[in-house]
Amino acid sequence: MTAVGAGAARYAGTRVQRVEDARLLTGAGTFVDDVTRPGMLHACFVRSPHPRARIGSVDASAALALPGVHAVFTADDLNGDVVEAWYTGTGNTVPDTPRPPLAAGEARFAGDIVALVVAGSRYLAEDAAELVDVDYEPLPAVPDYASARTAEALVHEAYAGNLAGELAGAPAETIADAYDGAAHVVSETIWEQAQGAVPMETRGLVAEWSRGSRELTVWAGTQAPHEVRMFAARLLGLPEHSVRVITRDVGGGFGQKVVPLREDICVLLAARRLGGAVKWIEDRRENLQSAGTARHEHGEARLAFDDAGTLLAASLDHVQDVGAYPTPWPVMTGAATGMIFPGPYRVAKGTFRHASVFSNTPGRIAYRGPWAFETLAREVTLDIAARRMAIDPAELRRRNLLRRDEMPYSSPTGMPYDHMDPLETLERALAILDYDAFRAEQAAARGQGRYLGIGISCYAEPTTPAFGVYATEGATIRIEPSGKVNVYLAGGSAGNSLETTAVQLAADALGASLADVHTIQGDTAVTPFGAGTGGSRSGSMIAGAVAVTAGELRAKLTRLAAHKLEASEADIELARSRAAVKGDPDAGVSFAELADIAYFQPYALPPGMPPGLEASARYAAAGIGLWACATHVCTCEVDVTTGKVTLLRYVVGEDCGHMINPAVVEGQIAGGVVQGIGGALLEELAYDADGNPVATTFMDYLLPTATEVPLIEYAHVETAPGPGPGGYKGVGEGGAIGAPPAVVNAVADALAPFGVTITRLPLSPAAIASLIDASLIDHGREQETGGSQ
Amino acid sequence: MADVAVVVTVNGQRRSAVVEPRLTLADFLRERCQLTGTHLGCEHGACGACTVLLDGQAVRGCLVFAVQADGASVTTVEGIAGPDGALSTVQQAFREHHGLQCGFCTPGFVTSVTAFLRDNPSPTDQEIRDGLSGNLCRCTGYQGILAAVRAAAATINQETR
Repeated sequence: MTAVGAGAARYAGTRVQRVEDARLLTGAGTFVDDVTRPGMLHACFVRSPHPRARIGSVDASAALALPGVHAVFTADDLNGDVVEAWYTGTGNTVPDTPRPPLAAGEARFAGDIVALVVAGSRYLAEDAAELVDVDYEPLPAVPDYASARTAEALVHEAYAGNLAGELAGAPAETIADAYDGAAHVVSETIWEQAQGAVPMETRGLVAEWSRGSRELTVWAGTQAPHEVRMFAARLLGLPEHSVRVITRDVGGGFGQKVVPLREDICVLLAARRLGGAVKWIEDRRENLQSAGTARHEHGEARLAFDDAGTLLAASLDHVQDVGAYPTPWPVMTGAATGMIFPGPYRVAKGTFRHASVFSNTPGRIAYRGPWAFETLAREVTLDIAARRMAIDPAELRRRNLLRRDEMPYSSPTGMPYDHMDPLETLERALAILDYDAFRAEQAAARGQGRYLGIGISCYAEPTTPAFGVYATEGATIRIEPSGKVNVYLAGGSAGNSLETTAVQLAADALGASLADVHTIQGDTAVTPFGAGTGGSRSGSMIAGAVAVTAGELRAKLTRLAAHKLEASEADIELARSRAAVKGDPDAGVSFAELADIAYFQPYALPPGMPPGLEASARYAAAGIGLWACATHVCTCEVDVTTGKVTLLRYVVGEDCGHMINPAVVEGQIAGGVVQGIGGALLEELAYDADGNPVATTFMDYLLPTATEVPLIEYAHVETAPGPGPGGYKGVGEGGAIGAPPAVVNAVADALAPFGVTITRLPLSPAAIASLIDASLIDHGREQETGGSQ
Repeated sequence: MADVAVVVTVNGQRRSAVVEPRLTLADFLRERCQLTGTHLGCEHGACGACTVLLDGQAVRGCLVFAVQADGASVTTVEGIAGPDGALSTVQQAFREHHGLQCGFCTPGFVTSVTAFLRDNPSPTDQEIRDGLSGNLCRCTGYQGILAAVRAAAATINQETR
């Protein structure tokens, strides 16, 4: 942070303990379900049991007769109240897909919301929901997106072929020569299963409408309080300043809580209808059934190489399941999957095609690295190619990964890479692992009938998007009359330590002691606008906002101190919440004394200096974003009898620029990695052939536990810091992007002696056992027929 | 079913209430005792966020009815720190080792680990992992939590030596 300089105490870059922890460890946090309001009512949704059904009459008389039930709303009651319903990040000019508050006329997935019951308690609301009699006429459903393009039934009548949208890069013909002349072309279709973000805290909100003042207050479990405010204001046709959104603690989001979803919309509409406070807290079954799916997609990856293994071309033909009600508009992220597909490699040619396809399942939502499929498809196919070309997978990557001195570099799909060091992340991660030693260990183990494997995955990730709603971030910093500092930021922390981050950065920027700095986030009534947590943007954007704001305040402090101490401004140093004269440590004045002058002794201010010690400023990011990259290396042992995978070591070489707090960085990486491990091995939002969900509890949707995770080791690569404030780049999503292919490649490497090719996730024990069985059968056949290959 | 009168000692304080028989202990603590540190992550006994100590035993607050706790003593996460607010050894270790991020699962981990280390103050690494396997965390990848439990065990052993 060059502009504002640094005090003697430096907190950025150190493992400062989190300021959030004291309240969270003692049960004193405030999550949305902890909020109660006078007269507050409780909501419960009536959900369709059918994947697709025409909704006939809805008889709520028995429910309404239950004492304590206040209202039962249907689509006819609520949907007409919507003034506008669009998300700021997407805008209202894209061909957005349908998103009715309550299902209107037709239920489009098992779990679709058909009616909303509001009662005096959640227990009562659930009782009443069971009494709502809905007349359903089941219709043929489209449970499988992969065959939806040719299905007779339509998820939405207006979308022929169940196509929500498509986008493509340059036509494949334009790069055909790169494939035609290549020594090797490797093409595989990779399939990823549906997964959920699954924060430990489900979704929820309390919406309170005050009829007298015509003001709406929303307590929301959200990653973006200001987006909830803008959205709610548009939804209800209210001026933005009549809506206040308050968010304190959020129990994980991972993309699921980045914009209001349909249930949130219904509760906002119902609160105004009822003129009071309505709380809705999702239960886990609802969360797994209805809070959105992610990762359900497939794509044909086509890679061309010369005879030395040099990558010549990389293309992806990608299809993603967007369910019935994708949120937000899914086509843009789908296209991003194709645009990022060439990855951190030196490759001249590349293109993509993308299609977003509807199905009668909930709806695609953002989940930590929403485009992550590109890394899975590319890295799994790279390993398949390495085996076919008989080149070591580490060596194949080493030959093709971009180096720092090649930046800036324009990818064949037009991505303007800069300020990243992909090859260094590979070398550092391999060094920690000791790749050659592992290969020796692997060979020895195979001699004993044990199957060890190693998997590598590399990616380049666009972090900190700097356009539209994400382009700027504001801060207000007040040095209060006592000299204590308050930093006001939009917030949106959902476990990503934004309070600690703000306090560290502001303490450094002002020369204050850490203990003197506090932060207030998540209340739109008092915090400046900011887009919240998403796109791995918070670290760098908060650093920018704090830097520009603290710079103004530092200038004020310096001028005031120089006046008070009768010194030159150039000789004033700010550190440990004091202003002192360079070379004369005894000549100093505390921030408390300076604040006393600024607030209570205006006559003692330098001539012309306005009273008070506060500043508000806004940071605008330059460029379009910040490129981070990483290499993940994973080793495993596969039990070839049971198909069980045991992860042995996991190393991440991560280039996220400089680190504000290494503990926070590692926590973000580890959380993402373990989500990715879950995605590779355990998690599946599975549906039966008719479209009924079969994973609606934690007994069916398997999250990783402490018994499955390896120790994660880190190599922090800081050789290519970002061009923005502090050299920081984003780190929130990368762990989840890199992990699935590293695990898949490790398993495939372990099973290489069986000649299996892995192209489908998840790698459950049953899936692995059947791959081995199939290979043994094939092998047997080959032997019978004399092994014609 | 008629409502039932219960008396439960919660964090050393006697609480009496008349409750529906179907009211869970977790909801009793959250709504009747205003102790919202006990969190509900799944309501089917799988995630462990609602873990409280019932007569010293770690139980799922969502799988116990308030009426079953009649006459019993319950410790919630709010009752783990010292009377002066000082963090317990387990809480302090979680703080020092980045054992929490969003903090939603944390109360369940704190109560579970408190009981676990009381019963097994010198656990092996595998015993720690098994001991934690009934609590789900989606933020930390368990890295900081495992480190915190190892550190807390070491501190406890040092103190009792």
